[in-house]
Amino acid sequence: MGNVVALCETNGATLRSNALSVISLARKAAELHGGEVILLLVGKGVSAAADDACRYAPKVVVVDNDGLENYLAETYAPILAKVAQDQGASIVCATATAIGKDVMPRTAALLDSGMASDIADIETADTFKRATLAGNAFSRVKISSDIICVTVRQSEFSPADALDSVGTKSDAEAGELNSYGAEFVKLEGGGGGDRPDLNDASIVIAGGRGMGNGDNFAILEKLADTMGAALGASRAATDAGYVPADWQIGQTGKIVAPDLYFAVAISGAIQHLAGMKNSKTIVAINKDNEAPIFQIADYGLVAKWEDTIEPLTAEIAKLKASQV
Amino acid sequence: MKILVPIKRVPDPELKAKLKDGKLDLGGAQWVVNTFDEYAVEAALRLVENADSGDRDGEVIVVTIGPDDAGVQLRSCLAMGADRAIHVQGDDVELDSLMVAKTLKAVYDAEKPDLILMGKQAVDGDANQCGQMLAGIAELPQATFAATIEVVDEGKALVVGREVDAGVEYKKLPLPALVTVDLRIVSPKSVVNHVTPDDHEYSDGPRYASLKGIMKAKKKPMDQKTMGDLGVTATAVVTELEVTLPEARAAGQIVESVEELVKKLHEDAKVL
Ligand SMILES: Cc1cc2nc3c(=O)[nH]c(=O)nc-3n(C[C@H](O)[C@H](O)[C@H](O)COP(=O)(O)OP(=O)(O)OC[C@H]3O[C@@H](n4cnc5c(N)ncnc54)[C@H](O)[C@@H]3O)c2cc1C
Repeated sequence: MGNVVALCETNGATLRSNALSVISLARKAAELHGGEVILLLVGKGVSAAADDACRYAPKVVVVDNDGLENYLAETYAPILAKVAQDQGASIVCATATAIGKDVMPRTAALLDSGMASDIADIETADTFKRATLAGNAFSRVKISSDIICVTVRQSEFSPADALDSVGTKSDAEAGELNSYGAEFVKLEGGGGGDRPDLNDASIVIAGGRGMGNGDNFAILEKLADTMGAALGASRAATDAGYVPADWQIGQTGKIVAPDLYFAVAISGAIQHLAGMKNSKTIVAINKDNEAPIFQIADYGLVAKWEDTIEPLTAEIAKLKASQV
Repeated sequence: MKILVPIKRVPDPELKAKLKDGKLDLGGAQWVVNTFDEYAVEAALRLVENADSGDRDGEVIVVTIGPDDAGVQLRSCLAMGADRAIHVQGDDVELDSLMVAKTLKAVYDAEKPDLILMGKQAVDGDANQCGQMLAGIAELPQATFAATIEVVDEGKALVVGREVDAGVEYKKLPLPALVTVDLRIVSPKSVVNHVTPDDHEYSDGPRYASLKGIMKAKKKPMDQKTMGDLGVTATAVVTELEVTLPEARAAGQIVESVEELVKKLHEDAKVL
């Protein structure tokens, strides 16, 4: 059996919160594999986050190189593959973020490995549970390659806690960087503002096509502000240009499982449900009492958003005020 | 531009999943082209055509690995406007992503297209692996989750707008390259080839096959191949042991007012 190498994303001097989910999986996998957890940081300047990473694992490998200023699957995948081999890994894993989803299958190809995507659990050393069919089924898959590549669904793994002891850091070479001519051009940011990240928020408020236009989302923003919630949307709302595409929740958007989810003017198509139905408490506000969203909502309010969101915001503000 | 579009058939995603002996019961399945693959065909057609004049400069080849019946889905892509098809015989349940990628690599070597354009994931397995694996094996640059594609450098490169967690990332790829598409690739102005006038607006979504298209598709070439013909000897390393259905959520309740909602969220659900 072998070690578990977990690719962790960083933000300045700290690990990104999504990294704590793959660390949770890595610990469980290392136990099943009788190996050690090794965190891998890759990119220009990632050494800055090494101290933070060392709080979470006995070993941290850092590949810090000026040629890695912008993330590219072409340059990252060979590094992952090489570190996995050098470190005697039997599992290589990452959180299923835009980076994890992009780089891990390419890494698997370089290692000639099988891969389990977006898993909900590791059951035995080589058996994984994952959602398929837009979350309408679960599949248990067994992988027989020497090294197994995995991405984890962030909402299924609670963030790892820091360990009592501090791990050791070592540097590894990036090797020859070949981008196959690919170049990063630019990133056009979405529009989350100062709000919590959709993937980390404990409360999410999502609006759908029934909001009518982008300006009407301002009323949801006010509601979000009273609770420190993140904002999301259905695909119909993002496609119509009401809000940025990176707000989309669902099979092809973000997958979230907050403590509290508000679906406002969202009908509840299976592709949308795929992204939110594991939320602990779901509230639906929709004027159509037959909207499918009511079938999975814990609390449903059959009403127009125009008549409910402002009073709701006021009522919650009142409750919050009484709590301090 | 010569474009290879790998496609896969999937059970109609609108129909409810049924189980039999711990596996999906596909006995009565209605098979359709995977949504994202259909979008890739649409994007490929937009890349090679002049939407105003109807002229075309390039070729769109669709390929699938699947049983005999999968020819139906290839024909529907031909009816949309693809030029020819390659059908590699394979049994869905014996394939894994890596095998599919290796098989497609053999097709890539034989066809030498400028671009491989495919869906970002199949809506049945939701794995999102094949494109990236194929790019890795074929040593091609890759752009996954494409929402926009623009042809640049006199047709020698693409700038792809990729949907990432923090917005849209633009990435430039010299050809040959591999691109996987996201949903918004079929928006009215998402593909710009600078042959079709830049201000042209497509209608949203993939094009329907016209009656003429369907008639023409019957005569378009469809190559039959086996994995053996292509020299592929790999076997699957990923096997599905069992499929289960998630537990249904307990039935919820309808509340009558905002006050009642907030009270219940606070006192019963304890989330406020
Ligand atoms: C391959 C594929 C992938 C997809 N992926 C996703 C995905 O990731 N995420 C996603 O969300 N969708 C996805 N979709 C789209 C999905 O099928 C639905 O089309 C979409 O979720 C519908 O969004 P909606 O509920 O906002 O709009 P609609 O279905 O139009 O619903 C609008 C709702 O608003 C209600 N309403 C209208 N006015 C008011 C009002 N004044 N007050 C209160 N309620 C009102 C209506 O009663 C209705 O229920 C995908 C589709 C495909 C084919």
